[in-house]
Amino acid sequence: MRFERRADVSVPALLVAPFAAILVSLALCAGLIVAAGVSPLTAYAEMLRGAYGSRLAVTETFTRASPLILTGLAAAVAFRARLWNIGGEGQLYMGALVTAGLGHSMLSGLPAPLAVALLMTASMAAGAALLAGPALLRLRFGVDEVVTTLLMNFIVILFVGLMVEGPLKDPMAFGWPQSVPVAAGLRLPDLVPRSRLHVGLLVALLAVAVVWVVQMRTVFGAESRAAGLNPRAAAFAGVPMGRTLMLVACLSGGLAGLAGSIEVLGPTGYVTTNLSPGFGYAGIVVAMLAALHPVGVVGAAVFVATVFVGADAMSRATGVPSFIADVIMSVSLLAMLTALLFTTYRVRR
Amino acid sequence: MTQPVLELNRITKRFGGLTANDDVTLHLNQGEILALLGENGAGKTTLMNILFGHYTADAGEVRVSGRALPPGMPRAAIAAGVGMVHQHFTLAANLSVLENIIIGSEPLWRPDSRRAGARAGIAGIARTFGLPVNPDARVGDLSVGERQRVEIVKALYRKARILILDEPTAVLARPEAEQLFATLRGMTAGGLSIIFISHKLHEVMAASDRVVVLRGGKVVAERRTASTNPAELAELMVGRQVVRPRRTAHATGKPVLEGRGLTVTDAGKRGLDAADFTVCEGEILGIVGVSGNGQASLGRVLSGLARPLSGTLTLQGRDITRLAPRDLVRLGIGRIPEDRHAEGVVGDLPVWENAVLERLRTPLFSRRGFVRRAEARAFAARLIDRFDIRGAGPETRTRLLSGGNMQKLILGRNLAAQPGFLLANQPTRGLDEGAIAAVHAELLAARDQGAAILLISEDLEEAAALSDRIQAIVKGRLSQPVPADRADARTLGLMMAGVWEVRDAL
Repeated sequence: MRFERRADVSVPALLVAPFAAILVSLALCAGLIVAAGVSPLTAYAEMLRGAYGSRLAVTETFTRASPLILTGLAAAVAFRARLWNIGGEGQLYMGALVTAGLGHSMLSGLPAPLAVALLMTASMAAGAALLAGPALLRLRFGVDEVVTTLLMNFIVILFVGLMVEGPLKDPMAFGWPQSVPVAAGLRLPDLVPRSRLHVGLLVALLAVAVVWVVQMRTVFGAESRAAGLNPRAAAFAGVPMGRTLMLVACLSGGLAGLAGSIEVLGPTGYVTTNLSPGFGYAGIVVAMLAALHPVGVVGAAVFVATVFVGADAMSRATGVPSFIADVIMSVSLLAMLTALLFTTYRVRR
Repeated sequence: MTQPVLELNRITKRFGGLTANDDVTLHLNQGEILALLGENGAGKTTLMNILFGHYTADAGEVRVSGRALPPGMPRAAIAAGVGMVHQHFTLAANLSVLENIIIGSEPLWRPDSRRAGARAGIAGIARTFGLPVNPDARVGDLSVGERQRVEIVKALYRKARILILDEPTAVLARPEAEQLFATLRGMTAGGLSIIFISHKLHEVMAASDRVVVLRGGKVVAERRTASTNPAELAELMVGRQVVRPRRTAHATGKPVLEGRGLTVTDAGKRGLDAADFTVCEGEILGIVGVSGNGQASLGRVLSGLARPLSGTLTLQGRDITRLAPRDLVRLGIGRIPEDRHAEGVVGDLPVWENAVLERLRTPLFSRRGFVRRAEARAFAARLIDRFDIRGAGPETRTRLLSGGNMQKLILGRNLAAQPGFLLANQPTRGLDEGAIAAVHAELLAARDQGAAILLISEDLEEAAALSDRIQAIVKGRLSQPVPADRADARTLGLMMAGVWEVRDAL
């Protein structure tokens, strides 16, 4: 058996790949569910019911999907330009911290929409700044950004811990390590009454549209795609490589920072060190399942959110540990990487 | 008549709608050198890959010494004594010559490797066939000619009796190629049989006993080399008469691009050493030399990718020494890169994006940061039409173009801007006859309209046919220019050997 490169990447295969990857992943995880003593069909049915079985379930799934869309977009934008940003988690926390810190008291005099816009912008700037460092290190000294961005995550989360135990600690929280809340008037309005689903979803969808336009229609987008696909040819054609990389870093970090901001402005209202159940890392899976396409990110984020919300309900109903969600997500990432291989190569005997 | 050592019987291979090999039958006799001649895309490499078992034929069979080979099994081909030297070498640069040769010929699970025996075997092969290699050298430190020798030794070490060489001279300079052919002669005297694949006529004439011409996947002719001539082969190969255009004398204008004392280092090594040159309006200046003598550095400086340590580069009197690629393009400098796949195009982008990538920020193709897609596509469509880029529309992924059509795209996007100066770095390397003629005609037409062109070429015929003046490049130094009518083969040979340094002005 050998691999033979296809003459051209097959577009239908590219469209089918994520679905195939998800099916393969569900099939493989069925084995684990059987091992836990439950019929996989029952388990998956419970999972679907948990994610879409009621009005509350649906809103909860989309509440989860909102930050995932943004972190997925952050990863997709960076990966397209071959900037391996693994630091989405840290950038998200940084954005969340800035929103909580500034939103608690400082912007009280401004009209709410303006204040919210300022908070989001500040959080994006914080996320961007956090990724600008590793990007600059790579440009100047060739430091591998996979390592730096990954390690930054731990530093940032420890920093968040420091802040919520110290300067930003909420004195009204009965000693719990959580930050001061954002002013009530600045919280994002609900999209569906009596649910946690908030306007942040629309912000995320708007970001998808903006990223799509930037990538597919602007000079910067064309240059950054060229730089990602063939850096030597892009440099030869006069694409300013350093500047393009820095701009991509700012865009990617900013999107992850925005994810943190809408989490605080939306469902939680304050920051804790377990604000994110790994949204930043899951964003990488979302980006890959979307084959790095901004529009695909929406579907992939909804899938990942479905698995997470559904797994909790399934766990309660059947006793299968909810860790199965992490397994499904991880296996689907591996399956997707394999599937992507088959869009460029075919197997010959 | 003795039995042929190798027979290909009625081989047919299709890739989707494309028939790469159509009912091909040929044979190879003991001790013979057979040339497989054809343009790029004629199906030569596909045929050899079928023979070696990389591909499985849709129909037909391969026989070695009368016995049919099981299809699709390179191991079986190796066991039957077929060795293949690929166009792109398959050696590991970080291993020694010895390790590269024995790799794959020993079982993986044996705890020790039989190096002493291998060493003796390699020494024996080196003696018998005149293929000296140093078994302890690191492959990464070898020249391409030496690497090729390692590939051949590797095939012989596996007891190959039939050797297939795919475009063996594509990466070699002329003296190395001639040495290779002498070696091949010696090998056939030792009982080996050889097929070599080529699209270069003079090589086929110089090195083969018999020629099989492939065109469009079919065998169109078979000739004994002694009873044919290059003109006949060219016509058989292309299917029509192809005449490469030649320059006609014409007056040149005032200087356009001047380099004075340009010194460039490349990865710590001196690439260009105090180079002086002047290219005038309506002139092609040819830079000839054996590969690796500083052509790459010269190309990088003129493309805006390298900053010289010292010296100046001026365009119509204006200093452009330290300008970036984009600024050079804005000033009307066209650049054809040495490696069109690596530097010329972004293969995964469509043709139209590659057509405008260099000038994306000009008002022609963008407004307020947004790409003017309709204009860009229309521009690409005009290029396709005007420069006869075949098999492509503006939306075609550029990687799917053949080498010749890709080069026409690169040439077209440069010439469409009517550059005052054009750098043409190895503009026809790896192209077939038809495409070479087209590229030459375009370069000459641009020159006739007043463009100043600097042509870097390792192909002496090309340099002589196009250039008004020629300079040789040797170890980063440039010779004095010689007018084309005084540049005969002998003079050029001496110049490329660096002899001008000891003689006074030619």
